[in-house]
Amino acid sequence: MLLLALDTSAAATVALLRDDVVVGRFGSADTRSHAEVLAPAVQGILADAGVPGADLDGIVAGVGPGPFTGLRAGLVTARTLGFVWDVPLFGVLSLDALAFDAVAGEAVEAGSAFLVGTDARRGEVYWAAYRAAGDALPELLDGPHVGTAASLPKDQPLAGRAASLYPDDLDGLPAFTTSDPDAASLARVARLRLLAGEPLLDTAPLYLRESDAKVPGPRKRATA
Amino acid sequence: MMRGEPLVLGIESSCDETGVGIVRGTQLLTNTVSSSMDEHVRFGGVIPEIASRAHLEAFVPTLRTALDDAGVTLEDIDAIAVTAGPGLSGALMVGVSAAKALAVATGKPLYAINHLVAHVGVGMLGGTFADGLPANLGALLVSGGHTEILRIGNIASDVELLGSTIDDAAGEAYDKTARILGLGYPGGPVIDRLAREGNPKAIRFPRGLSQPKYMGTAEEPGPHRYDWSFSGLKTAVARSVEQYEAAGMEVPVADIAASFQEAVVDIITSKAVLACREHGITELLLGGGVAANRRLRELTGERCTAAGITLTVPAPSLCTDNGAMVAALGAQIIMEGRAPSGVSFGTNPSLPVTEIVLASGEDGRA
Ligand SMILES: [Zn+2]
Repeated sequence: MLLLALDTSAAATVALLRDDVVVGRFGSADTRSHAEVLAPAVQGILADAGVPGADLDGIVAGVGPGPFTGLRAGLVTARTLGFVWDVPLFGVLSLDALAFDAVAGEAVEAGSAFLVGTDARRGEVYWAAYRAAGDALPELLDGPHVGTAASLPKDQPLAGRAASLYPDDLDGLPAFTTSDPDAASLARVARLRLLAGEPLLDTAPLYLRESDAKVPGPRKRATA
Repeated sequence: MMRGEPLVLGIESSCDETGVGIVRGTQLLTNTVSSSMDEHVRFGGVIPEIASRAHLEAFVPTLRTALDDAGVTLEDIDAIAVTAGPGLSGALMVGVSAAKALAVATGKPLYAINHLVAHVGVGMLGGTFADGLPANLGALLVSGGHTEILRIGNIASDVELLGSTIDDAAGEAYDKTARILGLGYPGGPVIDRLAREGNPKAIRFPRGLSQPKYMGTAEEPGPHRYDWSFSGLKTAVARSVEQYEAAGMEVPVADIAASFQEAVVDIITSKAVLACREHGITELLLGGGVAANRRLRELTGERCTAAGITLTVPAPSLCTDNGAMVAALGAQIIMEGRAPSGVSFGTNPSLPVTEIVLASGEDGRA
């Protein structure tokens, strides 16, 4: 199974996965240049691997939650590639990639509950609660949500960048306090779901916040 | 290599229209547009985040429709062009990301082009100018997002900004005034309609940046000789409405609409024609969404005729933001032999008109 995965919910990351082997990978720490770096990354990874896009078995997109502009750059890229190459599109909750990494890295024990959190800007985090499930994928218990770090469930360790941003409120899992969702892990989550015959998401973005638009109130007076 | 005229697919997403157009040289094959305008009505103006969300949902369906409508496949296309700026940052990013993905997936060259110059590019289409763009050409662009007067030496390589609004766009002034008068959104068509029943001389609204200190003389131009300002106008309209209300009188909506429209159209056309006369412009293209305004077309026509300038107004569907204009400019750029932009360029919300096509990014992959 050959999967191309993109996640732009935090950093811009791209990965090409052949079965369980990462054939190519790109990651940018910059969270504001997704529209610039994404297409060259896809182009470079496929060229280096000698893989024509139409040979892919699927394109996996991280659907967020994440800051809007970057998230859209990834989703419109995935949808357009899928349209041109006529390849199926699969959506995966971006936080699932972090949860997968925490369990695969043996940071949490089987059966125990933990949190995943990323930077939502404006003093808030995107988060979800999971349970580690042995050999299976982590089980999503609650979320995704957006809120202040102080509002998250207490006494559960957290994987993801939110831990280093709000250390007073969150108990970070060592080695995962600055982690962002990674496209290679996203592809692995998608692959395991496909192999297990489980449904995946479509590529609808998880904004979790409304646009800031306000319906205008009554006219303000121009004269004092 | 491409034979004959290039088949170009153009993508536009700088404001609230998701546009995909396809041209073969100067021949228009499709002009497919999906607008999010209805979603902005209750806010009384374009909300950038709502426009950006709509672009994401509209892009692939609009692309599919455009290809079907033109009866071409992506393999047939010689090149892709996309608006890189100016415009709303988040909205531009959707079209640019999509265009780059399209370029990577098809292997076709991508040209990142200037939205304002593309508005002039429609002059190549639909027989707007039967023999191609004329010499001594200027363009007056009036819309909800911009108000500019340009001089076009060569559409692919020589465009100069002579003047522009320093605050609101003219279309924005219409929207804000319509809101003050309780007329809804968008403001342009309803004010234009009401203005016919009103007296344009009933109230003398200010003409921004028309004082001698801003204008100067032809020999010694002031700092804003060909520039406009519309932000004072909406305040003047609001004051006028309040004066009628304070006096317990019925607000003469039609008279205010007519007087407001006259102020906008008078200052736009007088400065545009002045810029043309002082820069040897004898052919003027009127573009942008507000080009559909009856009074703007009428007064621009009168003043151009008096000044010996030939006025040309493209079809309304080519005046509003669309992908065909992007494709049309792209085709001209290709025929001039300019290099493609690659896939690593960035968007620029305030791209100057002198940057007609972006140069290839640093890594030069494509
Ligand atoms: Zn425009």
